Amino acid sequence: MSVANEETVDVKARNKDLIKEVLAVYPEKTAKRRAKHLNVHEQGKSDCGVKSNIKSIPGVMTIRGCAYAGSKGVVWGPIKDMVHISHGPVGCGQYSWSSRRNYFIGVTGVDSFGTMQFTSDFQEKDIVFGGDKKLAKLMDEIQELFPLNKGITVQSECPIGLIGDDIEAVSKVKSKEYGGKTIVPVRCEGFRGVSQSLGHHIANDAVRDYIFDKTDPSKLAEFESTPYDVAIIGDYNIGGDAWASRILLEEMGLRVIAQWSGDGTLAELEATPKAKLNVLHCYRSMNYISRHMEEKFGIPWCEYNFFGPTKIVDSLRKIASYFDDKIKEGAERVIAKYQPLMDAVIAKYRPRLEGKKVMLYVGGLRPRHVIGAYEDLGMEVVGTGYEFAHNDDYQRTAQHYVKDGTLIYDDVNGYEFEKFVEKVQPDLVGSGIKEKYVFQKMGVPFRQMHSWDYSGPYHGYDGFAIFARDMDMAINAPVWKMAKAPWKTDAAATAVAAE
Amino acid sequence: MASLRQIAFYGKGGIGKSTTSQNTLAGLTEMGQKILIVGCDPKADSTRLILHAKAQDTILSLAAEAGSVEDLELEDVLKVGFGDIKCVESGGPEPGVGCAGRGVITAINFLEENGAYDDVDYVSYDVLGDVVCGGFAMPIRENKAQEIYIVMSGEMMAMYAANNISKGILKYANSGGVRLGGLVCNERKTDKEYDLAESLAGKLGTKLIHFVPRDNIVQHAELRRMTVVEYAPESKQAGEYRTLAHKVHNNAGNGTIPTPITMDELEDLLMEHGIMPTIDETQVGKKAVEA
Repeated sequence: MSVANEETVDVKARNKDLIKEVLAVYPEKTAKRRAKHLNVHEQGKSDCGVKSNIKSIPGVMTIRGCAYAGSKGVVWGPIKDMVHISHGPVGCGQYSWSSRRNYFIGVTGVDSFGTMQFTSDFQEKDIVFGGDKKLAKLMDEIQELFPLNKGITVQSECPIGLIGDDIEAVSKVKSKEYGGKTIVPVRCEGFRGVSQSLGHHIANDAVRDYIFDKTDPSKLAEFESTPYDVAIIGDYNIGGDAWASRILLEEMGLRVIAQWSGDGTLAELEATPKAKLNVLHCYRSMNYISRHMEEKFGIPWCEYNFFGPTKIVDSLRKIASYFDDKIKEGAERVIAKYQPLMDAVIAKYRPRLEGKKVMLYVGGLRPRHVIGAYEDLGMEVVGTGYEFAHNDDYQRTAQHYVKDGTLIYDDVNGYEFEKFVEKVQPDLVGSGIKEKYVFQKMGVPFRQMHSWDYSGPYHGYDGFAIFARDMDMAINAPVWKMAKAPWKTDAAATAVAAE
Repeated sequence: MASLRQIAFYGKGGIGKSTTSQNTLAGLTEMGQKILIVGCDPKADSTRLILHAKAQDTILSLAAEAGSVEDLELEDVLKVGFGDIKCVESGGPEPGVGCAGRGVITAINFLEENGAYDDVDYVSYDVLGDVVCGGFAMPIRENKAQEIYIVMSGEMMAMYAANNISKGILKYANSGGVRLGGLVCNERKTDKEYDLAESLAGKLGTKLIHFVPRDNIVQHAELRRMTVVEYAPESKQAGEYRTLAHKVHNNAGNGTIPTPITMDELEDLLMEHGIMPTIDETQVGKKAVEA
């Protein structure tokens, strides 16, 4: 589907023209502001040359989420043995209910609550008279109905901040009443910040203030350490990602003492200060707590990337470098063990996917992290952008991932993204549910890269096999041959006379 | 029946809005007008002089008891007092919690939906001191009050509040039909009070609709939870309120779009009248010992 004379076209010049064309329809002020978020990557630059983490422009269809989404949906939600209250009117809880596919093992309603939705369901009178009493009552009901819950978090929706409810005081009183139960008030009102990113930060800080600072030291004293204890940070176990990652770390001889936060528990969060190394997958959403643990507990952290064999090999070796020879040998053993599987996957799918072009627009780490996996399949990422990145994400992207001339779009909006895809004509777009049908209707194959399109895992060696299959399935589905309107078929073909 | 007139009383807290409005409305009812008072203050003291009650049950407290505002009937919240004046209070949370502004919005919507405005000639809103948020601006918005009467005095802060309220009216005057009906000066016996009130009215592009002289009889009436108009109908003060009532009644359609002034202009105004000494900028921020 690529432009016919692709090879001869100067991609960089085309992308620059494309950005100009897109900006041309905006009013002057908007064009000036959006111009700072769009760029064509120049090889050798330390970042992608775009501004980021800035307020979206009113009136555009931004793809971003809010602070509540960042805290409830991303960071806290997956902690399975705590009850997370969506505090406020019912909608925020309803629409963030299990939608991220954070898999977990446990008995729902007994020791795990990930697929349940708890909300204080604010009514008019709660807004007018304040919702503190209702929150206290809700906590009592949770205690009575679900006595095995390990703790409660209060995820604030917008009105809580507007009317100034004192959720900290309620949490404190109830925690005392229930014998010191962990109750975490989180000030993640949706109107705070410019995107979900601030919600991640607020949620990280809440872990620091209400878990680390309040954990009974005797609990940690009982913890039996080994020299090989690591914590997986920033893996939300979407479609089982954290499990596919964990087995590799375990196979190389490490002991995973905590998963943050996919399939995670309160006890794991509490035990994490005992880790020898924090391995960080989603830098954007959990670098804050990793830095804090480094400062406070002296735990080093290392970023890794478990998408696609090339990056997995690099990452396994990087993680092993923090440990002794036993682990280093373990890493090599794991790499060797899975190499034949990877060779087979690539042998099967690379010929079907070679040279295909991909455009991405996702959140967190994926706009850069998945590039290696596509390249392992012979594919090329020609455009990428982040919903809520900061400049350090674009630095990582520029220095380790994207090629010269890649189209970069920060906080892209519906119009820009459609226009880019229309002109670049990639063979695949990877983004979210809101974008999916727009591009499919344009005849462009699509994969959801937030939820893995109800598939996954995509992390680890197991994940790569599934990733490769899914990308092939999307791009080479026979349906695309039928996507052309009948009246747009060649004149010659319709001229065949009936016998 | 003439078309419904909706008016509202605003002004600095403690200036005498509730007293002035209830006495004026008592005067209006003597002119045969059918009146509904909507108290928009969590303290719920906008109707006590009419009802001879400490504080009537409010829409919001009854709604909270019943479950939601949809569970209420108009009869539950509407009380009838002196001169057949209908009274409701929006009510609201205790100080420091919740959102009183939202309460005002909820209450007014309830009243409109349930036909409280049918069969009356006047709706009068009595709104708490400062327009601190959108909720307290509700009566100024489109299709609510046509004229706002600002109760003020010769005190600096009362004039400052009057100017601020004018800013609020100006904002909604452009999007809706609200107008400033005029200033009502509730005498505090400050220096040159009448002149000052007249000047401020001029600056704001409105008029001093009435200067209500101070009279202790108002306090005597209040102790009995009555308006002066009811307590001492023959008194001079009752006559003042009747005059104000007439002026308000005849002021229909004469409201103006206010022209609020800057803080500097307001201070200049005080200096002009010799209320405030001319400021020597070199002395600003200096302690007494330094001067």
